[in-house]
This record gives sequence, structure tokens and C-alpha cells, in this order.
Amino acid sequence: MFKNISRAVLLSSSLLIAAGSTANAYTVYISNEKDNTISVIDGHSLEVTKTMEVGERPRGITLSKDYSKLFICASDSDTVQVMDLATGKILHDLPSGDDPEQFSLHPDNRRLFIANEDDNIVTVVDTESRTVIAQVDVGVEPEGMAISPDGKIAVNTSETTNMVHWIDTETYQLIDNTLVDQRPRHVEFNKEGTVLWASAEIGGTVSIFDTATRIEKKKISFNIKGIHKDRIQPVGVKLTSDGKYAFVALGPANHIAVVDANTFEVKDYLLVGRRVWHMAFSPDEKRMFTTNGVSGDVSVVDIPSMKVIKSIKVGRYPWGAVVKP
Amino acid sequence: MHLLFVCLSLVAISYSSSIAFAAMEPIKTKIVYLTKKVKLQPALSNLDAPILDEGVQGVRLGIADNNGTGRFMKITYELEEKIVPFEGDVEAAFKEIVAAGNKFVVSNLKEDSLKRLMALPESKQVLLFNIGARENVFRSNLCRSNVFHTLPSRAMLADALVQFLIKKRWEKLFLITGPRKEDLAFSNAIKRSSHKFGAKIVAEKAWTGEHDARRTAQAEVPLFTQGVDYDVLVVSDEIGDFGDYLLYRTWEPKVVAGTQGLVPAAWHRTVEQWGAVQLQNRFNKLTKRWMTPKDYAGWAASRAIGEAVLRARKNDPKSVEDYLLSDKFQLAAFKGRKLTFRPWNGQMRQTIALAAPRSLVSTSPQEGFLHRVTDLDTLGYDAPEVKCGK
Repeated sequence: MFKNISRAVLLSSSLLIAAGSTANAYTVYISNEKDNTISVIDGHSLEVTKTMEVGERPRGITLSKDYSKLFICASDSDTVQVMDLATGKILHDLPSGDDPEQFSLHPDNRRLFIANEDDNIVTVVDTESRTVIAQVDVGVEPEGMAISPDGKIAVNTSETTNMVHWIDTETYQLIDNTLVDQRPRHVEFNKEGTVLWASAEIGGTVSIFDTATRIEKKKISFNIKGIHKDRIQPVGVKLTSDGKYAFVALGPANHIAVVDANTFEVKDYLLVGRRVWHMAFSPDEKRMFTTNGVSGDVSVVDIPSMKVIKSIKVGRYPWGAVVKP
Repeated sequence: MHLLFVCLSLVAISYSSSIAFAAMEPIKTKIVYLTKKVKLQPALSNLDAPILDEGVQGVRLGIADNNGTGRFMKITYELEEKIVPFEGDVEAAFKEIVAAGNKFVVSNLKEDSLKRLMALPESKQVLLFNIGARENVFRSNLCRSNVFHTLPSRAMLADALVQFLIKKRWEKLFLITGPRKEDLAFSNAIKRSSHKFGAKIVAEKAWTGEHDARRTAQAEVPLFTQGVDYDVLVVSDEIGDFGDYLLYRTWEPKVVAGTQGLVPAAWHRTVEQWGAVQLQNRFNKLTKRWMTPKDYAGWAASRAIGEAVLRARKNDPKSVEDYLLSDKFQLAAFKGRKLTFRPWNGQMRQTIALAAPRSLVSTSPQEGFLHRVTDLDTLGYDAPEVKCGK
């Protein structure tokens, strides 16, 4: 009897927590690089509800602006797959160029800018006509892609060239190339598009550029007690839309750095799973999901309390993450 | 599909709006690759065709990678390949290279030839990158500030292996040494590592190599390995003459490691983490074969020069040397760590793979082997052990 009551209380209180913290239903999609699958996590229950088979070595994933389609970089299939999220079926493949790793959808909801890791090229694909509009020569091993909120500039990083390439999205010409530290990975604009964050995995730093001048205004490095600096390897970067925080995934350091997005001061380090790659926010930005490659799970961070509240087992080597409201 | 891409693409690089680029002074840097043909020694394990372009292919890829960046910074890198014939004179070739005004030489030479070059006064006018000689002596006694080693020494390889064996608590080693001086050198490195980390050589035997092991191994090796209480059979057979024939033929069911079996290597086909797949793919595209440790050393040497010239925007040897030895230099080289040079002997710090033929078993340094500066310096000669003053 007592047991039953306590279970009932527990059940209702956990329901309350779930309902209270996240009013809206949402879905998290995680690409599993070594399983060739996408794990689907329900934002309410924080459980995997479905696992969908996709092409080989899925890494970068992104949603169409109306959230009806999921674009998947299937790196080893040398294609970008387009999935209908209502049915979970692959609608078609896009001509992505070889080994697509990351990409970014232009605000026009039409042009997809794809980094082709093996070909030193950024490929621009029209997702409607499914044709290649342009290819831009960049440095060796293109990786990160981002497009400014006004849609004027596409930015790409090249891992072995150690550069950020600034591309005009109208002419597809390179506007500028700026050196950063070793092995740049992810690039992320702030909401206003005035600032660009670029992580350098082996350099162990994050460079922050003023977008107008393309001059580096700050370089952040990290220091976690008990972890050798060589293991602190920044990869994913996520900025809250209120402009307060930047989160930096530190790879094999197994931590997320919490950075004040105004002062660029590192405020905290959150312990997550092993080899953390990328992150995604819930629609209300109260929760963050991190992909932990080696431990094969997703950590859930409660942002108001800055605490890791759960880890969710997904497929082998989770890499990319997006949230559909 | 590729054709379609080409037709539709608007491939273009434009710097017109970049004022900084316009103001840059162009820089041209030439690297000379120097090697001497050697007679191949007959090996019993001769299933794989000998690789005749080992080393230079890595340098070529490194130069291509350098130019991938250089074109955005008005820096170009060129390669000249100098191959001295069997009976040729390496010293004369080297003198010619220096006389022509070259400043960067990647040397894929054996111990004797490299020693002779380093004895020449001309050797002080260039930066020399050794990708061909594993001998410890270049890292302990003969070091010089203008000589860099991107190839690990035997001491580094042996330390990497022995750390792993200690970690596994396989501490009793039975050492089998082949007849060549390189085999003896590897065995000496294993002894040094055992002493350093606390493994024990419980028995030692010399393999004389008088028979064709392919015919006799099954009968001979059990007897050869009988009567010793050991954990691991460590073999020193650098040319791959007999080592492969020890596996599965020991009296007791024991592991074989060293130059065959579980091998320590600067690079291996099983290395795929930390973006290594990309380097493997690019190398394979270029050469249609796997990248070897010497190729990797060649790649790392040309990339190190490339980074230094790019970041310092200077290409005189002194500036490049200073940059390479400064704490500003770091190289992302697909090993999950930034690679740097040890200022006391010019050795590139790097992790070492421990590989079985088709799987990566581990990577050293092993966890728990600590060092006050970097655990990478637990592999090979640390500053206090080095006799040569800079």
C-alpha cells in the first residue's frame, strides 16, 4: 500500500517536472556516425522513441525552415539525404559532392552550403531543383559551415589549412580568408550576425571575429583542473538567442564550457559524456542536448540551473543534433 | 556525376576585396627531398611488394597541403626530388643542393649517410629534416638545433610498446634478436625501455636465420621458445625476415610483439580516429597504397616547414628554426594532439600507435605514465638524458 502511494507520488511529481520545465512538445534528432542511423528523442519523456536507418556515416544534420524535412550529410554515401519527417522516409538525395560533412541552409530555405571534406570544395545545392549551383574552392579538408542571419555571407572552416573562408553568397567568390589556430571545426554566428565564433580543435581555442571587419576580437582558451590542456579540444559551439551564453563542446575533455557571450569569460564547465561533439537547444532554450561520441549517449543540460540532468543512450558515435519544435 | 559538377560549377577564387591579401608580399619556399637508393635485403616474409617511393609520397602530399593554404596567403611551396643512385655520392649531392641556395632538406637517408652529411660544414647552412633514420644517437648525442626528426626514434617506439605491456601487466619479456645491426639496435631500445618502466627481460636469444623459416618454423620455433617462463615474446626483426613466423608457433600460447605481431608505429593503416581517415584517403588517392611511418614523417616534415613559413611569414632557415622551436609552433597531424618539437634534440613529439595487422590495439603514451611537462615526453629521450648541448 505504502509502496503504491509513494510510486503514485513519484509518478505525478515527475510528470509535473516534465510539464513544468518544457511546455511544448519537441523532438530531438541525433545522427549516429557509426550506426548509419538517426535516433529520435521525445522532448517530454527524454527517451528514444525511434531509430531510423539512413545513409553511411551520417554526421551534419539540419532542418528545413518549416521543420518538415531533415537534411542529412551521409558522408560515406557521398550524398545529402532529404528525409520527410512526417513519414520518416527518405524523399531523395541531393548532389552534394564527395564526403559532405557539415552544411548550412541559407535563410532563403533553398540553397544548401555543403562542406566537402575530401575535395577542398564548398558545394552550393539548390534543394528544390536538386542541382549544384556553384562550387567554391577552399582550403584542405573543409569542415564547418555557417551562414550569416542576413544571408549575405557563408563561412567555412578548413581543418588542415587552418582558415576561416568568407564567401559571398551572391557571387560565390571568396571575400576573405583568415587564419585561426590548428584544426578549425565549427563556426557559429550570433543572432544579430555581428560576431562569428570559430572553434580550433587541436589549437584548443575559440576565436571570435567581428563580422564587419573580419578581425579577430578575442581568443578564448580553456582550463579544466585535472585535464591536460592537449585534451581540451573545442568542437561544437552554440549561442543562446538572448545573447547571454555561448556553450563550447570540448571533445575528449568530456566537458561543455559555459562562456559569457558578452565578456567572453568562461563561467563554468559541465561534465557530460565522452568526446562531446555538438549541441542543440530545446525551443525555449531551457534545455540543451549534447552528442557524446565515445560514450554513445546524449547528455541533457538544464540551462537555468546549469546542471546535467540526464544521459540518454543512443546509437554508436552520436555526432549531430537538431531540435524540431 | 563529376562531369555535371564541373559544368555547373562556378569555381572561382577572388581576393579583390581583401585589402590584407593585396598588401601581402609573395613568398616562395623550396624543399629538397634527398634519398639514396639502397639494395633491398631479401626477406622471408615477402608477401608485400617492397615500396620504392616510401617517404617521398608523404613529402609530396605535405607540399600539396601546404599549397592548399599557401594560395590564400600568397605563399607557394615547391619540391625538388634528388635520388642518389646505389653507388652514388650523397655528400656531393648534398653539397650541390646547398650550393644552389636551398635552405630546407628532407633527408630520407640511413644512419651512415646522415652522419656523413651532418659532419659537413654545409649542413649548418640548411634545416635538415630526418625521416629516414630511427637511430637513438641522433636524439641523444648527435643532436643539433638545425636538425629535426619527424620520424620517431627506436627509443620512442620501444617506450610506447613497453608502456603498454606494463599497463597490461605483461612484464616478463623474452627477447629474440635478428642478425642485423638494426635488430640489435631495436633490442637495445627494448632493454632501455624495460629498465625505464620496470619490465623484465627474462630471456634473450639470437635468431641466426640460417634456414628458410617458411619451411621449418613449425618444427623449430617451439623448441626455440621452450623452457622460459615469460609473458610476451618480443622480436627484433626490422626487415621482416622471420618475425612473422614466430606467431602461433611458440611452445606456449604467448603473445608476440615488437617488429612483428603487435607493433609500435608512428602511423599505420588502422589509424582512423582524429580525422586520420581523411589523411589516409588523401594519401591513398595520390599513391594507391597505404601510408607508412616514413611517409607520415615526410608529410609531417613538409607540413612543419609549411606552418612555420605561413605563421612567421619568413622563410630564412633561422626564422623557421626559431619558430619551430618556439611555443608558438603546433601542428595538427591527425593524432588527436598538437605535435611540437623537443627543443633539446629536435625530435617531434608524437603519440605512437600499437597496431595488429588489422586493428588498432592502443595508442601510447598510456594513461598513468606521467611527466611534469607533457606525457608525450615519456616516449624517447627526455631533456636530462640528452648529452648534446644545443
